[in-house]
Amino acid sequence: MPLKLEIVTPEARIYSDEVDTVVLPGYEGEMGVLPAHANLVTTLLPGELRITKDGKTTEMAIGEGLVEVTGTVTRILTDVALDADKIDEKAAEEAIERAKKTLAELKPGEHQEEVAAAMAAIQRATAHLHIKRKRRTV
Amino acid sequence: MPSTRDIRRRIKSVKNTAQITKAMQLVAAAKMKKAQDQASNGRAYAEMMNKVLVNLKEHAEEGVHPFFSEGKGDKTLVLLIASDKGLCGALNTNLFKKLVTSKIEGEVEYVTIGKKAVQAINRLRRTLLADFPIKDPAKFAEVRAIGRFIQEKFRTGDYKKVLVVFNNFINTVTVVPTIEQLLPVNPVTLGGKRDFAPEIETATVTTEYTFEPSAAVVFETVLPQYVNDTVYQMVLESRASEHSSRMVAMKNATDNAKQMIKDLSLEYNKLRQAAITNELLEITTAKMALE
Repeated sequence: MPLKLEIVTPEARIYSDEVDTVVLPGYEGEMGVLPAHANLVTTLLPGELRITKDGKTTEMAIGEGLVEVTGTVTRILTDVALDADKIDEKAAEEAIERAKKTLAELKPGEHQEEVAAAMAAIQRATAHLHIKRKRRTV
Repeated sequence: MPSTRDIRRRIKSVKNTAQITKAMQLVAAAKMKKAQDQASNGRAYAEMMNKVLVNLKEHAEEGVHPFFSEGKGDKTLVLLIASDKGLCGALNTNLFKKLVTSKIEGEVEYVTIGKKAVQAINRLRRTLLADFPIKDPAKFAEVRAIGRFIQEKFRTGDYKKVLVVFNNFINTVTVVPTIEQLLPVNPVTLGGKRDFAPEIETATVTTEYTFEPSAAVVFETVLPQYVNDTVYQMVLESRASEHSSRMVAMKNATDNAKQMIKDLSLEYNKLRQAAITNELLEITTAKMALE
């Protein structure tokens, strides 16, 4: 039984294909999904997504979101999804710097939304860097 | 009968109008392209989110999240999304007609986006709670404020449901005024036909879902996002509709002006010819009288 994987972001439908397995960063840690997985819904943390199809593994950086797993379909709704090849290391580093600066300027207690946004940006960019650097050492 | 000079003057003024409408058409066409792309790109996400949540609503326990059930009060909150500017054909008129003809039960309060929407609500003497100006092109941050406002209102429990009245963009010449229920979570149609396969739904109807870490946490993170995303997508649909309608309206105006210039030129030439003939006649008569 094949597993259909669908990834959509507000900008576009990123991925829609049948795959063998997918490993995703769930709320309670990394989670592997195989065909006929029990029905499950969880939130996603920014991190790394691994898709295995015909023995080949592709990596993607994804942002926060939601995943719905049923026996036949895995639907991922996230705010960003980037192919590992397309990650710009320099841009990610700059994003971390920028977010840190905003965090330093904001007073604690106030601007909760901005703080959350900056934290998410750091988490996302770190995930990007992590994937990029890991690939290089291989 | 107008003199040749009158007609010349009219041709000139019509030409000026045609020039303006042509320029507006080009501007609208450029904006339309962007707005349409934005709307169609976001559609898959908003639709999928809606579908997943509608599906989960069936499986979730009763009362797990306030956004899944109607509020205790009997008021209805309506978000009306119209354009800021006119000159876009019957776009806004059709939308308001849809609003007026659809009978929404109970007391209704309004939240608006766009100057035309505020004007309409004031003219209809309805209760206006808030108006949110949205720039063009629409930014997500601006829409988030509206989403938050709606959520706060709904959480008070005074409102039975939240409806959105907006223009659904199908294609450049077809725009459908639509009323959709935003809260409690309900199937929503955005744009034209849905482009995902419906066969998946039936496979999961009887089975239970596991929520990690818990249903309450998952819904508390996802539902506010859902409201914001859906409202944003509806704004995008409205914007795409607006620019398309304006483009079409301005194209019609330009075409009409061109036809008018053609008709006026014909009349002008006829008059000119008649004047020349008259003059020739006078000269010949005068010459004959002298002989």
